[in-house]
Amino acid sequence: MAELSDLYQDVILEHSKRPRNYRTLEAANRKAEGFNPLCGDHFTVYLEIGDGQIRDISFQGSGCAISKASASMMTQALKGKSTEEAEELFQKFHHVVTGKNGTESHDDLGKLEAFAGVSEYPVRVKCATLAWHALRAALQGEQHAVSTE
Amino acid sequence: MSQPTTTSAPPRPAAGGAATASAAGTAAPSYDLERVRADFPLLAQTIHGRPLIYLDNAASSQKPRAVLEAIAGCYRDYYANVGRGVHRLAQQATTARERARETVRAFVGAASAEEIVFVSGTTEAINLVAHSYGRGRHSGLAAGDEVLVTAMEHHSNLVPWQLLCEDRGASLRVVPIDRRGELDLAALRRLLSPRTRIVAVAHVSNVLGTINPVAEIADLVHRRGAVLVVDGAQAAPHLTVDVAMLGCDFYAFSGHKVYGPSGIGALYGRAELLAAMPPWQGGGGMIEQVRFEGTTYAPPPQRFEAGTPNIEGAIGLAAALDYLTTLGLNAVAVWEGRLLQRAAERLGAIPGVQLVGSARERAGLLSFLVDGVHPHDVGTVLDGLGIAVRAGHHCAQPLMERFGVPATARASLALYNTVEEMDALARGIEKVREVFA
Repeated sequence: MAELSDLYQDVILEHSKRPRNYRTLEAANRKAEGFNPLCGDHFTVYLEIGDGQIRDISFQGSGCAISKASASMMTQALKGKSTEEAEELFQKFHHVVTGKNGTESHDDLGKLEAFAGVSEYPVRVKCATLAWHALRAALQGEQHAVSTE
Repeated sequence: MSQPTTTSAPPRPAAGGAATASAAGTAAPSYDLERVRADFPLLAQTIHGRPLIYLDNAASSQKPRAVLEAIAGCYRDYYANVGRGVHRLAQQATTARERARETVRAFVGAASAEEIVFVSGTTEAINLVAHSYGRGRHSGLAAGDEVLVTAMEHHSNLVPWQLLCEDRGASLRVVPIDRRGELDLAALRRLLSPRTRIVAVAHVSNVLGTINPVAEIADLVHRRGAVLVVDGAQAAPHLTVDVAMLGCDFYAFSGHKVYGPSGIGALYGRAELLAAMPPWQGGGGMIEQVRFEGTTYAPPPQRFEAGTPNIEGAIGLAAALDYLTTLGLNAVAVWEGRLLQRAAERLGAIPGVQLVGSARERAGLLSFLVDGVHPHDVGTVLDGLGIAVRAGHHCAQPLMERFGVPATARASLALYNTVEEMDALARGIEKVREVFA
């Protein structure tokens, strides 16, 4: 069995306790909600996009340690990135948490690599990707809430 | 001035004598726990290298060997379609299924086996009542009529009534609960009106464990000329159910929570009500005469059982009920009451642990919160220790809102759980607090 500490890595616990960019964004020109009807987790992701770049990003809501830390670290990773890079990172992150990367290195994921342990817990994949799905909906300009179900 | 942290009082056992804490370490002499556990093959396994501690019984309980053998025996020895064959196997299967109906009748204390409709589970049972009784020519709701539910209902005893109300232009009204998680009976009295047609209430709450005073509610409901529908899914595994004493009009429960198979359950309906209700699904087995010009329908319960039923499920359910009644529901309630008391004491003593629901009459389960830790994370850490609990909103989102929480963790008991498992749960929660300290 995977050790619990593989899932609850220090960096994840730390971000879940002190989430970064945890606020509404006055200047946001995109936002989307992510909702997991199975557990009631609920996040709103705010984006300020200009010239194809994520100038600012923030989130608010409630969820478990995994979903909150994932949202927090996502906002850190994406600030200043282009929308294409954000989409690319979404794909890479998804591969990591679903274990599709195999032995491939995920160096370019940086701190987000801490979520590799999630792949051992299939029911928690939705927690790890909740805010990312909201991000994608916001990037695509969808108005309605996205659901992981 | 800061208030001291409140912890919930330990619940009283559902029935029978309360054990003292000092005696809680040993099984009651009349209750042979080791033998009971040996009856459930699944329990003898390890999860992540640790002995399984299964505390998700309110979702689904495990099955005794008698149930496994009844299902296998049906398929192995006498399986055929029921109610439509003259050959030997068809007769055997039909007889076995009708015997199972009689077992269910006895289990719920109904007057006649014709008052027992086999369904896929509690959800289907309630939908059946909402569709058939709720839309019947004589019994159906009209615009302006009212349906009462309680604030502690599972979605399955709420959404079918919302659908019915939308369809008929009726209103859904909600009977509130108090801080302990007990139904506000004074509010129920106030909400009952000449427009009230149906009252739907859980016998035991799947989140709070509250045992609702169904007999008292039935009396109030009947004085207003309404009918009472009882969701018995969480009660049937823990309490003696007697529909005559409860005085309800409909009573629904599921096989899979009462040590039987999934995909089977039963609806009790008072004979005169069922007799006046129209079919809700059409097909084979529920007809009397079929002509293109019009069809007449079989009497209850067949009228409500269209299509080939879950034959082995009914037979497995009967085996489960036989198992439970042989063990004795009183003995089970006493044992589970001791476990519940132990768990409440141990969990209540852990700093930062809050028990959700402290009704004076409770059965079967404990919902709890660990300060600063999301219930999902509680569930994952406990799973790592081999302990299975449920984490989430438990299909009771309005109730979560009532208590101002997004979710809870829930440990729910069965007749095979042990005092040591309650202690392991408490140690597990202490571990949760360490991980997230």
